[in-house]
Amino acid sequence: MAYFRVVFLSLIVVIFSLTDPAESLAGYDYIDINSPFLRKIPIAVPLFKAKAESVNDAHMQMSLKASDMLSGMLDFTGYFKMLNRQSFLEDPSKAETTLLNIDFHNWTAVGAELLVTGEFQIRGDVFEIELRLFDTIKSSRLIGKKYTTGVNDLRGVMRLFSGEIVFYLTGNRGVFDSRIAFVSNGTGSKEIYTCEFDGVNIRPFTRNNAITLFPAWSSDGQWIAYTSYLKGNPDLYVKNVKDGSVSVVANKGINITPAWVPGKFELAATFSYSGDQDIYLLTGTGKVIKKLTNERGSDVSPSWSPDGKKMAFVSSRSGMPQIYVLDIESSHAERLTFSGRYNTQPSWSPKGDKIAYSGMNGGRHNIYLIGLDGKDPVQLTRNGGDNESPSWSPDGSLIVFSSTREGPSRIYVMTSYGTDQRRLFAISGEQTNPKWSPSGLNYK
Amino acid sequence: MKKKMRIVLALLCVISVFLFTASCSKQTVKADLQDGKDAKPAPVAAAPAPAPAPAPAPVVQKAPVPVGPTVEEVAAREKAAALKTVVNEDVYFDYDSAVLGAAAQDVLKNKSIILGKYSGVSVTIEGHCDERGTNEYNLALGERRAESAKSFLVSLGVNASRLKTISYGEEKPVDAGKDESAWAKNRRAHFATE
Repeated sequence: MAYFRVVFLSLIVVIFSLTDPAESLAGYDYIDINSPFLRKIPIAVPLFKAKAESVNDAHMQMSLKASDMLSGMLDFTGYFKMLNRQSFLEDPSKAETTLLNIDFHNWTAVGAELLVTGEFQIRGDVFEIELRLFDTIKSSRLIGKKYTTGVNDLRGVMRLFSGEIVFYLTGNRGVFDSRIAFVSNGTGSKEIYTCEFDGVNIRPFTRNNAITLFPAWSSDGQWIAYTSYLKGNPDLYVKNVKDGSVSVVANKGINITPAWVPGKFELAATFSYSGDQDIYLLTGTGKVIKKLTNERGSDVSPSWSPDGKKMAFVSSRSGMPQIYVLDIESSHAERLTFSGRYNTQPSWSPKGDKIAYSGMNGGRHNIYLIGLDGKDPVQLTRNGGDNESPSWSPDGSLIVFSSTREGPSRIYVMTSYGTDQRRLFAISGEQTNPKWSPSGLNYK
Repeated sequence: MKKKMRIVLALLCVISVFLFTASCSKQTVKADLQDGKDAKPAPVAAAPAPAPAPAPAPVVQKAPVPVGPTVEEVAAREKAAALKTVVNEDVYFDYDSAVLGAAAQDVLKNKSIILGKYSGVSVTIEGHCDERGTNEYNLALGERRAESAKSFLVSLGVNASRLKTISYGEEKPVDAGKDESAWAKNRRAHFATE
């Protein structure tokens, strides 16, 4: 390999990029993420091969674990049709891994258009793996990477390579370096937890022993704002994700529903100390910059447009909760939703063209998508309990939400077209208020 | 004989505790009015059941005291019962509404009479919602419910400084059921005296 490039990351010790110059042209034409009629690309991920003189149980386990992990992450995106290893013509554990040796006919014959191969070594605590993506129809290698890391950071490597694959095919980094915050009452009181993009590695974020609600990530992913009854009253907290430092806004009345301004250390939240429930613009530490809404009635649940010039929110000013869009500069608010009598929880898409929200119809909440013209909302969930709290993945391809379709409220993910709806995990208690983080979180 | 003595002693003890709390509660009330927020209201309801625990060391033997309820005791009991009504009777609302209907107004009028009589008592009005809405909006709605109950009491002459409000939205249902009868019970303003 003539073009080795060495990159040092804190997470993965070394990455060699096994890249030919011709490969650096990304193939965005593989997947058009803007197409609502997305065809899933059939992809084969045979078991990764152990590079060892004698392959032992540890190798076999690692092989299965690593290849399944990568399969799972790719499957999660909704872009791929994962081919069953049972159907492969080649022995999945012995399949060739490099361009020169692969017989691509064996892969096109089983319907694969893409193929991922891996070859790894375990040296003590060090895990080394070469991962490659091939176009089986063109018989060409699209990506080749070599990672060296600790044996315990398999997920870190698989997240990185999944990100490479999705970036190559779509031009977008995907969701692999994002997390999801949510509320769970498993301990007896509602607390905030975070997990990886696919629901793995759930960690407590608050231990307040008090009702804690409405997590909101800052756009650099360094802060989560939320409401908690820690001191008895629903106050607003802004907590640093890394060092845990906290500022509190404890006005009389409610201090709820924070939403960060994109790219700034500023946020909007609802306060009621003036006697009316209005949305205020605050500094990251909670000092009021200005009042954003003025009309009589409840104004809650702000959600910013990606350029920070507009803000969607819920208002009862018409006598029932409906979604409005406020133009920040002119302070002019326009009603966006007109169908149904209860439309709340707006979430502005990262691309900026749509707003997801939950609307009640026939006594049930479902997730809808609406354009900024306010016309023809599209219903994304149906026939299954209450579906609430939509929140977009940072790349705009997925929406996380809560649903009672299986009884207790749990966290689900679907594509932004409403397809591939699945539960992220089942843990004790009920889970609500999911919020997807921005991308680029550097986490272990 | 010895047993009888013990009973008399215990009763003496109870009465003295009673007298003590009665005078004490007046003081607490004063503090309450001054900074309304943190001071706890009189522990009236809890008072009548002190354990006949450690008796004061030297027990003075006196002629048997008449053991019937004292005036203070009767008054305290009445007050406790009245305040229990304030706490036990919730004010109910229609779906997605903070408007006080006729029944809700009657309940509040009754509370205003009791609060008028016991002018030292402060209450917290909790606003609650049923589970059907979304919890962000319900937290706001719960506050509007608590505030409309408060405004009504103020209009009936109860001093606003005695009425604190807090919204719990849909977070603390009294009935976990998932039908209209449960929801109707959960759409409420609840009064707490502590």
